[in-house]
Amino acid sequence: MPKIKWILGLAAIAVAAFALTSGTRAIPAVGASDKPEIKIDNFSFGPATITVPAGTTVTWTNNDDVPHVVTSDDNKMFKSKALDTDDHFSFTFTKPGTYKYYCAIHPKMTAKIVVQ
Amino acid sequence: MADFIRDNSKNKDGVDRRGFLQCMAWAGTGVLYSLHGGILKSLPLAQGAMGGTDMAKMKGADFSFIQISDSHIGFNKEANPDVTATLQIAVDRINSAEAPPDFLLHTGDISQLSKPSEFDTAQEVLKGAKAGKIFYVPGEHDVLTDDGKQYLDRFGKDTKGKGWYSFDHKGAHFIGLVNVVDLKAGGLGSLGADQLKWLEDDVRNLKSSTPVIVFAHIPLWTVYPEWGWGTDDSQQALGHLKRFGSVSVLNGHIHQIMQKVEGNVSFHTALSTAFPQPAPGTASSPGPMKVPADKLRSVLGITQVNYVQGNHSLALVDSPLA
Repeated sequence: MPKIKWILGLAAIAVAAFALTSGTRAIPAVGASDKPEIKIDNFSFGPATITVPAGTTVTWTNNDDVPHVVTSDDNKMFKSKALDTDDHFSFTFTKPGTYKYYCAIHPKMTAKIVVQ
Repeated sequence: MADFIRDNSKNKDGVDRRGFLQCMAWAGTGVLYSLHGGILKSLPLAQGAMGGTDMAKMKGADFSFIQISDSHIGFNKEANPDVTATLQIAVDRINSAEAPPDFLLHTGDISQLSKPSEFDTAQEVLKGAKAGKIFYVPGEHDVLTDDGKQYLDRFGKDTKGKGWYSFDHKGAHFIGLVNVVDLKAGGLGSLGADQLKWLEDDVRNLKSSTPVIVFAHIPLWTVYPEWGWGTDDSQQALGHLKRFGSVSVLNGHIHQIMQKVEGNVSFHTALSTAFPQPAPGTASSPGPMKVPADKLRSVLGITQVNYVQGNHSLALVDSPLA
């Protein structure tokens, strides 16, 4: 019996230690940078979802061999020119909300930005 | 609806339905397809030949035309550093045919980035084809700027809306459709209500015995939706063509040969003259597929289409560039 209590005790300490050090995590923000980057690769946006504070400028970079057009779902809020390989596009998100976007010429490519 | 493929080849090279499906995966063997009343028959074609004994089987064609597709002028990455050169090879191949085609159909992605210089180069090269007129429909790469203004300025004369139109040629009715604009997030290709209404009106007074040939960039059947290879509202378009005895649909976009027969409608996609793309689901994305340099020309190609009046038959010959 004492052995089990001892093991349980150790386990409790381990869990507590882990909880203290891990902190709270919501949807992953992109690194610790205040200028997050989204890479377009293999016909997908990576990361597919990011969470940023209002006022953040997000930058997309196209690493594919084909062009992509970063476009908000409503086709109004933002729309890049056709980005060739290594081209960039940036947009500053000023208002909180969830902003879905896609590639206007490969519309199966979808992603979103959550602004808090 | 079952797909009909009847093997009447003497060499028994496996072009029954299963063999045909395996064939499609290679993308590049020349195969002669002949359509008789909606039923697809196939005959093997000597590798790389365009002329000769197999063409003799198509003797008596009232006219022929060539489909080329996906020239992507401006693309310069590893999959093909010189797409202008391979387009030129395609033109040379067209010019080597026994008889010149009545016209060319380009099923889109003429350019890579809708740049004027890219369109200029494409038109310059295609001018060298001994082929009468060239008809175009845009691919998504051709309408990247100014709502497709660059494309429409050059190729939009006598077209409606975003560039759709029809014409008659020796008893057959050709319809060029545009399914690459106003694409919605998460969707496939799109024809849109205006174009569908135009199509309905366009064919209203045609006799059902008129052979109809539809050409558009993105496939008008669902080849592989995960990669966007399909058109959301194509069923409505095909509904307007249901009463016709012979409908052929010629598409590009996927850079490989695929075929399907459904009742009186036969669908065919063409090789690109620029670079191949992977077969559905065989890669993580539909991007340009690299092949060894000495193999490139064998996976690029053009399609010759022969029309024989009266039988409503269309014979399709996919011809690789090597």
